[in-house]
Amino acid sequence: MSTAELHTLTGAYALHALPEDERLAFERHLGACEACTQEVRELSATAARLGLAVSVVAPPAMRERVLREITTVRQEAPSHGRSGRSGAPAGRAGRWSTYALAACVAAAAAFGGVAVWQNQVARNAQEEAAQARQQNEQLARVLAAPDARTSSGALEGGARAAVVVSPSVNRAVFLASDMDRPPGGKVYQLWFNDDGSMRSAGLMDPSATDDTVLLDGPVDGASGMGITVEPAGGSKQPTTPPVALMDFPKA
Amino acid sequence: MKEAVHISGAPSPGPDLQELLVLVARGDQDAFTQVYDQVSGPVLGLVRSVLRDPAQSEEVAQEVLVEVWRTAPRFQPSRGSAMNWVLTLAHHRAVDRVRSAEAAAAREHRAALLDRTPDFDEVSEQVETRLEREQVRRCLRTLSELQRQSVTLAYYRGLTYREVGELLSVPLGTIKTRLRDGLIRLRDCLGVNA
Ligand SMILES: [Zn+2]
Repeated sequence: MSTAELHTLTGAYALHALPEDERLAFERHLGACEACTQEVRELSATAARLGLAVSVVAPPAMRERVLREITTVRQEAPSHGRSGRSGAPAGRAGRWSTYALAACVAAAAAFGGVAVWQNQVARNAQEEAAQARQQNEQLARVLAAPDARTSSGALEGGARAAVVVSPSVNRAVFLASDMDRPPGGKVYQLWFNDDGSMRSAGLMDPSATDDTVLLDGPVDGASGMGITVEPAGGSKQPTTPPVALMDFPKA
Repeated sequence: MKEAVHISGAPSPGPDLQELLVLVARGDQDAFTQVYDQVSGPVLGLVRSVLRDPAQSEEVAQEVLVEVWRTAPRFQPSRGSAMNWVLTLAHHRAVDRVRSAEAAAAREHRAALLDRTPDFDEVSEQVETRLEREQVRRCLRTLSELQRQSVTLAYYRGLTYREVGELLSVPLGTIKTRLRDGLIRLRDCLGVNA
């Protein structure tokens, strides 16, 4: 293979999509080509993001097994050794039916949807549905905006929260996982922080521990947001100290 | 009333994965537990997307995690992030498994399972995962159809570029190029710098 051709293999290499013989040839090339080495580093990091995006929650039993097993496994001595892949030759005959192709394409297409967000707004009443649809579209617009920025962190009691802000859409989305339910008869109310004064940004669903909320109203000059516990229906002004404060991400 | 929790734009608190992995390389089992808690979800998710079979995926993910322990001394921070290192390892192992002889035979008919809804829309997941997913999804949309298909078939299905070419009936030279320019576009959209 010519050197010019080898330069084009960075993507396939980063995705582990080269058959064994070509992988070895390309690794020899990498040793001599600075540009490809840097590009492979970046494209591997990009591929890892594809991996992160399909993260799941591993079962507790697996944790126990792994933690038990490592107590019996001896670590390698530090060395510069390359990770020699014990790869069996990839000489299998790949026959894929048209059906499989269609299925793959469908899976790829499904990936492009916003299905995850749809179920946040499953409501019955027609009006609510229409309103929810609109909110959902807005929500998707914020998340998909090219200038969308995110802050995330841990809340009290193991809950996780994040806020996504898009200056161009001028709206913000708040996401929470595993939040404690508010005390009976109370709700979580969200607030924009306008230079220290709080402006209501809507209520969270009191029955949900996971929620995705499009904040009511424009972001405008707000520098962050807060959450307070308020009587059902919400308050005009916060009546309790905030349970969480978040800075909006810097553009 | 408890103290308000203040969240800033800074990345998550606690020792970062990189530092933990350096401790693991010195045999620190507590550090490994923390590494495990950060990487096990991504590792299992990735392996499962390639292998599909839940039991086999767990087995391979477990092997990968033990390998992280065993080969931690090999990790070189200068060559990329810790998560990147772990996920590269996981992808290698999953792809090795899927290309091994017995798996190849089984795969033929596993193809029929490919149209089952992928794991992408599980609901009860952490906020970070939902965001990561949404960003990746958004950026995948900026790719051309052929770029996106090539990249996702190679990465999530563990196909070689030759298999991708065969599957899509596209010349091999084109597939190589699409894998590269597709990833470059993703890199730029995700703002990856390595
Ligand atoms: Zn090169």
